[in-house]
Amino acid sequence: MKVVVCVKQVPDTKGGVKFKPDGTLDRAAMLTIMNPDDKAGLEAALRIKDQYGAEVTVVTMGLPKAEEVLREAMAMGADHGILVTDRVLGGADTWATSQTIAGALRNLEYDLIITGRQAIDGDTAQVGPQISEHLGLPVISYAQDIKVEGDSVIVQRQYDDRYHIVKAKMPCLVTALAELNEPRYMTPGGIFDAYKKDITVWGRKDLTGVEDSNLGLKGSPTQIAKASDKVRKGAGEKVVLDPTASVDYIVGKLTEKHVL
Amino acid sequence: MNFTLSKEHEMARTLYREFAEKEVKPLAQEVDETEQFPTETVAKMAKTGFLGIPVPKEYGGQGCDPLAYAMCVEELSKVCGTTGVIVSAHTSLCCDPIQTYGTEEQKMKYLVPLAKGEKLGAFGLTEPGAGTDAQGQQTKAVLDGDEWVLNGTKIFITNGKEADVYVVIAVTGTVEKRGKLQKEISAFIVEKGTPGFTFGTKEKKMGIRGSATYELIFTDCRIPKENLLGKKGEGFKIAMHTLDGGRIGIAAQALGIAEGALERTIEYVKERKQFGRSIAQFQNTQFQLADMATKVQAAQMMVYRAAIAKATQKDYGFEAAMAKLYAAEVAMEVTTKAVQLHGGYGYIREYDVERMMRDAKITEIYEGTSEVQRMVISANLLK
Repeated sequence: MKVVVCVKQVPDTKGGVKFKPDGTLDRAAMLTIMNPDDKAGLEAALRIKDQYGAEVTVVTMGLPKAEEVLREAMAMGADHGILVTDRVLGGADTWATSQTIAGALRNLEYDLIITGRQAIDGDTAQVGPQISEHLGLPVISYAQDIKVEGDSVIVQRQYDDRYHIVKAKMPCLVTALAELNEPRYMTPGGIFDAYKKDITVWGRKDLTGVEDSNLGLKGSPTQIAKASDKVRKGAGEKVVLDPTASVDYIVGKLTEKHVL
Repeated sequence: MNFTLSKEHEMARTLYREFAEKEVKPLAQEVDETEQFPTETVAKMAKTGFLGIPVPKEYGGQGCDPLAYAMCVEELSKVCGTTGVIVSAHTSLCCDPIQTYGTEEQKMKYLVPLAKGEKLGAFGLTEPGAGTDAQGQQTKAVLDGDEWVLNGTKIFITNGKEADVYVVIAVTGTVEKRGKLQKEISAFIVEKGTPGFTFGTKEKKMGIRGSATYELIFTDCRIPKENLLGKKGEGFKIAMHTLDGGRIGIAAQALGIAEGALERTIEYVKERKQFGRSIAQFQNTQFQLADMATKVQAAQMMVYRAAIAKATQKDYGFEAAMAKLYAAEVAMEVTTKAVQLHGGYGYIREYDVERMMRDAKITEIYEGTSEVQRMVISANLLK
C-alpha cells in the first residue's frame, strides 16, 4: 500500500506573529513547525505503515527551507520526501497551491492521500478538497479516525456535535484533524538517518497536467487586502450572584444577544 | 575549527527540548518533592530512543555520536536533573562498558534490550571504603565450578533497584605489581532477581531526589561464569574507562542544570520589580547574568569538545575530566547566583532554582569529585 501525505511548513504562532511593514507575514523572522493537522495526518499514515507495512511519501510545497519538515517527517518514519519549489510557484493561494500539489501527485503512485484539514497560517481548509477535485478522487474531510479495510478506508468524519462513519474505496483523499492522534516524536537515530537520505526536488517543469495560468501569484484569484494580528478581547464582566439569580442573569444576557 | 552544530544535531536538540518541555518539566517539581522515580517518563524515553543514543543500530541503539547523547542529557537536565542522571547512568555506566568490553553473546543478551530501553542499567563500583580509591574494594567474586560467587556491598548506586542489569566491580584475587601484592579487580554483569542479590537502604538525598540511589547487597550471589565482563583482572581498566565516559554525561547534566537556572533567572529578573523598575535594569543584575552566561557557554564548549573527543580520540579522559570539573563548578556557581537573584523567592521550593541549586551540588561529587578531576588533569600534564 502506498500513502502520500501532504505537509506544510508554517510559522509557529506560539513564538509570536511578525509582520513586514507592508502588512504581510514576515515568514523569515518567525520560527517554523510542521502544520499540526498535517502532522496528525502523517502520524495516521505511519500507523497504517506500522500495521500494514505501507510506503509513506511526504510532499511539501514551499521555499527550499521547507526541506526541514520533510527531514522531520522522515525522522518520524516516512520513507521518502518530495519538495516542490520554484520561484514561479511563489505567491500561490489555495487554488494555485492545490494545482501545484496535484501536478506533483500525478507523478506518483498512491492508494491513499492524506492532507491536514487546514494550515494554522491560513485556516482555509480548501487545499485538500481542491486536490481531490483536480485528481478526480473521492474526499473525506475532517477525519478524527482512519482505518483501512481491504481496498477501502473507513473514516470518522467530525461534526460539531456528532460524527459520521464514511467508507470510501481507495484511491481517495482524507483530510486529517490535529485531534486525530498524538503524533509520535522523532527518534535521535531517525534524525541522523533522515539526513543521509536524498530528498527529491521538483520544480515547475516536473509538474504534470497543470497550466501555467493556474500557478503562482498569476494563477491565484485570491487577493489579500490586509493581514493583522489578533485583537485582544476586553477583560469581560464579572458578576457574583447566588445560583438562582445567576440563572436569571445568564438567560437575560443570552436573550439580549438573541442567542435564545 | 568549526563551532557550528550540524543540522542533525540541531534537529536532535529540537526533539530533546520538545520532549523535555512536554514530558519532563511538568513533573520535575513533583518528582523532587515526592522522591518518586519517574517510571512513566523513563518508559516514554525508551519509546523515543533516548536510552540507546550512542549505541550502534546492530545492538538496538540509535547509532548516533556521543555529542547527540550528551545534548540529550543536557536538555533533560535543563528542566530536571533527576531525569538527566537516569539517562546518563544507564547509557554511560552500563551500556558503554558492555558495548566496549562485552562478548558478542553478552551484547546480544544485555546491550540490545538496554539500548532499546526494554531494560534499565546501573553500575556498581562505590563501596563504604572504596569511592575515589578503587583499590579499596571489598566485594569479592570467587569462581566455583561454572559460577562466580559474589559477596559484598555497593553503595550510592544510581538507578539502584529500578535497573534490571548491573555492571559490578569485584575483587577476584591478588596480583603482584612492581614487587607489591595488589588486588586483582574484575567486572561482572549481574541481573536483578539473581538469588543472593538484594537491595538495602534507599538514600535520602539533598538533590536529584527522584533518582533511585540504593545499596546493592551480594550474599553468596551466584552468577554464570560467562557473565565476567572483559578479561579477569581487567576490572580496574573497565571501571576507569567507564568513568571517563560517565564524566561526559555528568558534565552534560551539570551544563543543563546551569542553563536551566540561567533561563529561569532571565525570565524572573524581567518580571520582578523593586524600587519602581524591573531588577533586570540594575547593573548588578546585568553583570551577574553576563558572568553566568559566559561561564555557561564556556562549559558548553568544553562538554561538546569532550563528547567529540570520545568519538574521535582513543583516549579522552583528560578532556572528560576538564569538562566535568568545569561544568560542575559552573553549575554550582550559576545556580547559587540564580537563587540570590531570585531573593527570598529563590529559597522557596515553588521556584525551580531552589531545586536546581540542590541538584547542582552532586555534580561536583559523583563519578569522581572535583578533586579527583584535578588529579586526573594534573596527572595528564605531568606524565
